[in-house]
Amino acid sequence: MEQVIMNQLSYPILSTVIFLPVLGALLILITRRSWELLTKWIALGTSILTFIVSLTLFTDFDKSTHKMQFAEKFSWIPDWNIYYFLGVDGISVLFVLLSALIAILCVLISWDSIKTKVKEFYISILLTTSFMIGVFCSLDFFLFYLFWEAMLIPMFLIIGVWGGPNRIYAAIKFFLYTLVGSVLMLVGIIVLYLYAGNTFNILDLMTKTYPYNMQLWLFWAFFAAFAVKVPMWPVHTWLPDAHTEAPTAGSVILAAILIKMGAYGFLRFSLPLFPEASKAMVPVMLTLSVIAIIYGAVICFAQTDLKRLIAYSSVSHMGFVTLGIFALNTQGIEGGILQMLNHGIVTGALFLSVGIIYERTHSRLIADYGGLATPMPIYAAFFMVFTLAAVGLPGTNGFIGEFLILLGGFTANKLAGVLGATGIIIGAGYMLWLYQKIFFTEVNKKVMGLPDMDIRETITLIPLIILVLWIGIYPNPFLDFMHPSVQHLLERVNTGGVQEANIAKTIMEVIR
Amino acid sequence: MKLYLLIPFLPLAAFVINILLGKEVLRDKAHWPSVLAVVGSFIVTITSVLPQAMAGKVINEDLYTWMLSGTFNVTVGFLIDPLTAVMLVVVTTCASLIHIYSVGYMHGDKGYYRFFAYLSLFTFFMLMLVMGNNFMQLYFGWEGVGLCSYFLIGYYLNKKSAADAGKKAFIVNRFGDFGFGIGVFMIFLTFGTLHYVPVFANAAGIAGQTVNFLGWNVDLPTLIALLLFCGAIGKSAQIPLHVWLPDAMEGPTPVSALIHAATMVTAGIFMVARCNPIFNLSEVAMNTVAIVGAATSLFAATIAITQNDIKRIIAYSTCSHLGLMFLACGVGAYAAGIFHLYTHAFFKALLFLAAGSVIHAVHTNDIQEMGGLKKYMPITYAVFVIAALSAAGIPGFSGFFSKDEIIWSAYASHSSVGKLVWLMATAVAFLTPFYTFRLIFLTFHGKYRGGHHEESHGHGAHHKEHHFHESPKIMTIPLILLAVGAVAAGWVGIPPILGGGAHFAKFLEPVLGHPEFHGTHAEEFGVMGLSTTIALIGIALAAFFYLKRTDLPKKLAEKFIGIYKISYNKYYIDELYDFTIVKPTMWIADKVLVAITDAKIIEGVVNGVPGAIGKFSEKLRKIQTGLAQHYGIFMAAGAFFTIALVLLLQ
Repeated sequence: MEQVIMNQLSYPILSTVIFLPVLGALLILITRRSWELLTKWIALGTSILTFIVSLTLFTDFDKSTHKMQFAEKFSWIPDWNIYYFLGVDGISVLFVLLSALIAILCVLISWDSIKTKVKEFYISILLTTSFMIGVFCSLDFFLFYLFWEAMLIPMFLIIGVWGGPNRIYAAIKFFLYTLVGSVLMLVGIIVLYLYAGNTFNILDLMTKTYPYNMQLWLFWAFFAAFAVKVPMWPVHTWLPDAHTEAPTAGSVILAAILIKMGAYGFLRFSLPLFPEASKAMVPVMLTLSVIAIIYGAVICFAQTDLKRLIAYSSVSHMGFVTLGIFALNTQGIEGGILQMLNHGIVTGALFLSVGIIYERTHSRLIADYGGLATPMPIYAAFFMVFTLAAVGLPGTNGFIGEFLILLGGFTANKLAGVLGATGIIIGAGYMLWLYQKIFFTEVNKKVMGLPDMDIRETITLIPLIILVLWIGIYPNPFLDFMHPSVQHLLERVNTGGVQEANIAKTIMEVIR
Repeated sequence: MKLYLLIPFLPLAAFVINILLGKEVLRDKAHWPSVLAVVGSFIVTITSVLPQAMAGKVINEDLYTWMLSGTFNVTVGFLIDPLTAVMLVVVTTCASLIHIYSVGYMHGDKGYYRFFAYLSLFTFFMLMLVMGNNFMQLYFGWEGVGLCSYFLIGYYLNKKSAADAGKKAFIVNRFGDFGFGIGVFMIFLTFGTLHYVPVFANAAGIAGQTVNFLGWNVDLPTLIALLLFCGAIGKSAQIPLHVWLPDAMEGPTPVSALIHAATMVTAGIFMVARCNPIFNLSEVAMNTVAIVGAATSLFAATIAITQNDIKRIIAYSTCSHLGLMFLACGVGAYAAGIFHLYTHAFFKALLFLAAGSVIHAVHTNDIQEMGGLKKYMPITYAVFVIAALSAAGIPGFSGFFSKDEIIWSAYASHSSVGKLVWLMATAVAFLTPFYTFRLIFLTFHGKYRGGHHEESHGHGAHHKEHHFHESPKIMTIPLILLAVGAVAAGWVGIPPILGGGAHFAKFLEPVLGHPEFHGTHAEEFGVMGLSTTIALIGIALAAFFYLKRTDLPKKLAEKFIGIYKISYNKYYIDELYDFTIVKPTMWIADKVLVAITDAKIIEGVVNGVPGAIGKFSEKLRKIQTGLAQHYGIFMAAGAFFTIALVLLLQ
């Protein structure tokens, strides 16, 4: 177990972060339905507590090693060699923190807007948080898959119960889309389990080498799960529907965390487990990424619905992320990871912002707005900062991520870099177009006299503004987390694979 | 403590103060932090940085590591050499005067604090741009000034044309930045760093190397230089990305003076001059710079002669002068380009501010609605004429020395491209005084022609005319100070042939080198005499058309209606872009991506597969008849086949 540094703290920090929200959910379960305020405060309290506990990961993380840290390992189902095995490294740790932060903001933004089934709503939010953090911490495939699928259930409910008019269609589409992908991954996991001698231990699996053909098949099986989640073009069409119909908190979770899991999956599993296949598939992946960047951006011009536009812009931004990852060099991957974080912050913030005006106007139509900077100047200023981060203006976090990705992409493949860079032109186009439609020109009657953001709403957005500028101006504290892990990953991709000739089994032999 | 750090960070502090306190606390005193900050930057520049640079001391220091990823490492750092020092002088001087002028110009505006906040932020980014010691920081400032330009062009929030113009400026610039960004990538791939000093030190090593770029084998220095130049084309409004600058006049006039004349738009020239070790390696790139500059200069001048919006005329004039600066860089006379940048900052800022003073009084931009303002606004008139004489390159004024230097450099470079651009520059030397004085004669001379709108409301033109008054002192004093600059700033660069010491070029020589000239004194006098004569003819012709035979312009326009229309409609470039880029993109987004690929193809599969499964299972359901006989037959058949199979396989 030289790959792991066991948890040195006096308490199991990862388990605490994962199960605190569950505890909060249980508390809400036993509170009386009529005590809505107490319910909200429990949700807020647990999410804040979770975040505070998770901050230790930020401060105590050893940035000099690629090894899994804060690890916990207990035998769970010995017959099948299944462990309860947790740990974080430089690739996953920031997402644990982000998930914990986003949970607080989701509770805050829903404070007044969720009026029905309040108990169930906050239970769903807390459970989703718990499962998402679990996904990022799991080092046992069985445990990972459990969290991965469990997350779908509360998310399905959030969209299907508290969503917009077309919520049922959107929820089912979201569920089926992701489920189909996940099932293929499950097959892949079982194949790996059998091949590698009955182990679900992800770290052990990563030290082995697999025959090229098998890698190829498994790469695509895992691809099915991850590409849908990212979402990559052309399996992106669930996203606009899900985003549009979901309540604000749901959109925020989807954008900030859930779709990061696809990219995380590529980094955590596809690259180190199937290095040869990953390298062979680089042209395909870069092509799909570039298409996503341009397609997702251009299609934004045709949107009439605010949330739909931001959803499509996510397709474009996540195209950048996959471009960076499959550039397979340091700048590309580090930029990709940072951009995952950035996109979570910025798109999360944009959805929160949309939620703030939706609560006032109950309209998502861009045409219903105009001149909003006059009644709501503070809101306009906040939205501007997020818009700028989304278009990658230097000084904001978006710039650092996109620049590193494009540099990495350009280094790997000049054409991919150049085509990807057109995304920043189109991105500026649709975001400024959107901003103008909403905030400038004559004040639309429908928004006249709207109150500006209140304290709760401002507090919700302030942490994200701070992150946007912090990462933009001084990104190194964040990039430092990644260096050893990314280096290790790249070594694995470049040297791992099929050098050892003792492997001759084909995938069919494995299945038998 | 590093004193020079105050230069950019004072304005940044002013921005933060104004954003946090401006609206509620400072209100109509919001100019104080901004003005004090920029004046502070100016004082530090003049008392500390400039003397050090003149003493030959170069500062190159890193503040902190900005980005570190693998071998990619950039810092926030500062390089202060003669070139930076010149830029700092230009930026802090103009910014200080324009800040002070704005106190009067923007007085009583609703967004007073917002205006000064943006102005301070702009100053910060501009200073970071010129002070950076690497390409990333250049890019940081580059995009930052673009952002502030976007804010300030669209300053009047509820005006659609202003919002459109701001957006256009930002997006058009992004096209240039696209190339610039790729240029920066190429520099990193080539040199392994983005810091100026090591890049330029090793630049000579890439001479003549070729690289495969998207399937073509191209000369490496040419590729890098041209990619960088893309950014300059956008920022400095050269053909074909010049379209945003005239529209940018939607912003308040002090903004036009500061951002769209004196500082931001010159960033492209600064960048090309800064990268001269790379540009010098490529003849193709140099010729491109020279020709694009010359073409823009001439092209913009031919538009300026027919426009009627006072600020747009000056905007086209800016395009034209920026073109001259590029022309200078393109023939290797970087110092001449920077010299013109420096003198231009004074006379062009002055032109804009004086125009602002006029607009402040008459509340229109249309020079056809003006006339006869001379007697009401004597100071404005006087400084306007001084600025115009300087812009026209009349001997003795600042603009003369720099313009002459450029024209002579083009002639003396003795290449065929040099000769071509010299001819074009000489044509510009004729057009510039013509359109500038057309503007003056229509605005200040003759009779007041405005007031039609008021008449319908019962106010006579004369009634209104008596209300015109000179602008307050807070506006006229900066005008007078800039006028001093428009006359005398150029005296630091008087060429040896006129008894000067060309101190300006000598100061910059360590950074920009010295171009090789081939020419005799007689030729130099000849070239100078020609462009001066031609400039005087331009003024005379303007006087003839717009003072004496005021009916002639209209007749000529009617006679040459085709040419007139092309010029008046700016060669229909905006319409061309709308038709070839904007409309098709929108159409593809709406009619192809949404309607076909997403809705029909992808969703067709997504919804189609479950549909097909549903149909299949509906068919399958039909064999579930519920009749025991049917099930019996199926069972028997199944058993038969299984046994048969087992027997056969044995």
